[in-house]
Amino acid sequence: MNWAEALPVIFMALMGLAMLAYVVLDGYDLGVGLLLPRASDAHKDTMIASIGPFWDANETWLVLGVGILLIAFPKAHGMVLTALYLPVALMLVGLVLRGVAFDFRVKARDDHKPLWNAAFFAGSGIAAAAQGWMLGHYITGLKPGWWYDAFAAVIALLLPAAYVLLGACWLVMKTDGELQRRARGWARMAWPPVVLGMGLISLATPWVSASVRERWFVMPEFIALLPIPLATLAALLGVRWLLGSERVLGRWCAVPFVLVVAVFCLGFVGLAYSLYPFVVMDRLTIWEAASATESLAIIGVGCAITVPAIIGYTVFAYRVFWGKASELRYA
Amino acid sequence: MDALVLARMQFAANISFHILFPTITIALGWTLLFFRWRWLKTQDVAWLGAYRFWTKVFALSFALGVVSGIVMSFQFGTNWPGFMERVGNIAGPLLGYEVLTAFFLEASFLGIMLFGHGRVSERVHLIATFLVAFGTTMSAFWILALNSWMHTPAGFEIRDGEFFATSWAQIVFNPSFPYRLTHVLLASGLTVAFLLAGVAAWQVLRGKAQAWTAKTLRTGLTLGAVLIPLQIVAGDLHGLNTLKHQPQKVAAMEGVWQTEKGAPLLLFAWPDEATRSNHFEIAIPKLASLILTHELDGEIRGLDHFKGAHPPVAPVFWGFRIMVGTGMLMLAFSWAGWWWLKRRGWDARALPRPLLWGLAGMSFSGWGATLAGWYVTEIGRQPYLVFGLLKTSEAASAVPSPMIAATLALYLTVYAALIVAFVAVVRHMAEKPDAEPTSKPMMARSAA
Repeated sequence: MNWAEALPVIFMALMGLAMLAYVVLDGYDLGVGLLLPRASDAHKDTMIASIGPFWDANETWLVLGVGILLIAFPKAHGMVLTALYLPVALMLVGLVLRGVAFDFRVKARDDHKPLWNAAFFAGSGIAAAAQGWMLGHYITGLKPGWWYDAFAAVIALLLPAAYVLLGACWLVMKTDGELQRRARGWARMAWPPVVLGMGLISLATPWVSASVRERWFVMPEFIALLPIPLATLAALLGVRWLLGSERVLGRWCAVPFVLVVAVFCLGFVGLAYSLYPFVVMDRLTIWEAASATESLAIIGVGCAITVPAIIGYTVFAYRVFWGKASELRYA
Repeated sequence: MDALVLARMQFAANISFHILFPTITIALGWTLLFFRWRWLKTQDVAWLGAYRFWTKVFALSFALGVVSGIVMSFQFGTNWPGFMERVGNIAGPLLGYEVLTAFFLEASFLGIMLFGHGRVSERVHLIATFLVAFGTTMSAFWILALNSWMHTPAGFEIRDGEFFATSWAQIVFNPSFPYRLTHVLLASGLTVAFLLAGVAAWQVLRGKAQAWTAKTLRTGLTLGAVLIPLQIVAGDLHGLNTLKHQPQKVAAMEGVWQTEKGAPLLLFAWPDEATRSNHFEIAIPKLASLILTHELDGEIRGLDHFKGAHPPVAPVFWGFRIMVGTGMLMLAFSWAGWWWLKRRGWDARALPRPLLWGLAGMSFSGWGATLAGWYVTEIGRQPYLVFGLLKTSEAASAVPSPMIAATLALYLTVYAALIVAFVAVVRHMAEKPDAEPTSKPMMARSAA
């Protein structure tokens, strides 16, 4: 593989990682947003305090992901975003509502706070459901038809459940006392639909796409790939077992979150393996969709310098706010 | 309505909403750094009060800027796929560098800047505040590099209709970029200057002045008084640069239908595209020629030169007058305000009430001038997207118009509500400035 052929693959990997980072990082934000109506007013403040310092940067991974899609794969960008025009618009409006509610809820008049809390919840829900709908259509190759719509609708309900599981595990890690106990209960509630969703996607993708079938269900690949679903299953069972124990309220509080992130990562690896080398399943390959080599090179240089720096200061920001969440105060 | 018009309306609605908030955050970031520095240096809690209050406004503006920026990052592709297909090799890297060097930087350090106090040292906190301010400015740098390139393209070649970069230095530092960047950064400074002064004046008028109100007023008026003459000079140079590269835009700004020597400056007129002339002109003889060519009898090429390829005249003509008019008001109010305040020993409460009302009324004047100026330059580029090379109509998307109309209505509703909420919340915070953002609701203190 020469340089001109390798660059699009590098960018596909980078785009995938940006999208994965977005789904994991903003996933817990959206999950916390979805859990908001279940909490008391004091707990609401703590829940939002646990994500307040991070959400801006978390959302930026979406801009990087869609930015790379736009810059590196303009033809795929056109195809994907034209097909998903309405859900994209809904997701954006959802993200707008959720994002502004962070600030408005503590700055507006006190009697308007419930309204902004509702906007926070609604925005999180709309964004999460729209992302699920888009994921459902994307992994079935953006094909029109009621069957695909039905499948996307199911994913639109299940992805928010996955975010809730992630968000609840985040809260188990970042809070203590009664809120932590309640978060453990929320996580247990979200667990069954997540398992159902992962199972459905695993069954549906080979069903709709012959190329996925051929990539997974042939020997010896099938054996070589077996660790992916097995590890996913093990991680999910581990999460369920931990959530049932008292240990998770103490020193093990971070383990469920880490395991759920691992589940997301494994799901991503499985999906990436199914898709490659397509940007849009069975329709457009990485190389067909890529832009000029010179342009990719110039952005590649920028990414090589800045992405490590971004990861570095992201880690720094998380370390500054390490440990249990405390009240947010401007100083 | 056809899809092109709807797509333009949608993009214009988004970009107009978005620009309001970076216009605040770019200069407010540096202002916060100044407040923080004054507090550390003087240990006067009034500076800390100013820092705390304006941090809240910053956080709010930043959030609105981020969420609308995310919408924009999608709309480049959904509304103008032809733009990315033809110009993607140039626009892509510029947008990419904006995300990589600016967007992440500001978003990541914002958390530390807002909530990190006590968790990091004062020095790290100052550095975080600096990085946020620097990030917002870098963001403006890249976005304006791209925008300027669309007005005065340079450093590229076209093969089979597709643009390829030949010199990135020429692309970034294209002919209109230094002028536009300066003009926009000064606009941000003025927007913040009048927001500071306006909120402080409002607090005095409502009897809610705090220890930091006078400091805010003085900072705002000083900033305004210093920046407005600079802006007038920068605007003039930007205008001359436009005359050189986009004469049809200047002809529309001045409402010059026929090429003429010694063209008058029109204070008022009603440009009419149908008759290709102005009605109800009120003019100062020869002044337009003097301003634009620095000669009384200098020639200004009229719109007759550019028939079929010039922008719609009325919005450009009026936008320009609103911008310049607001600038003149800014000059009057900042100088008068500063002079009065100095004469009254920097006591905000001693200012005459009409002046305070004027300043309060000018709180968001920077938004008006910025939007008006933005419309002049962007509508003034029409019918082109990339000046002289790519028409807007060639870049439009194939999304059916009902879908664009529906999402446009959705965006407009949300944005209108958010602007109302933003102004209302800034006002609410100004009238209740003591409360910590996360504290329990305070009972109204009795007057006794």
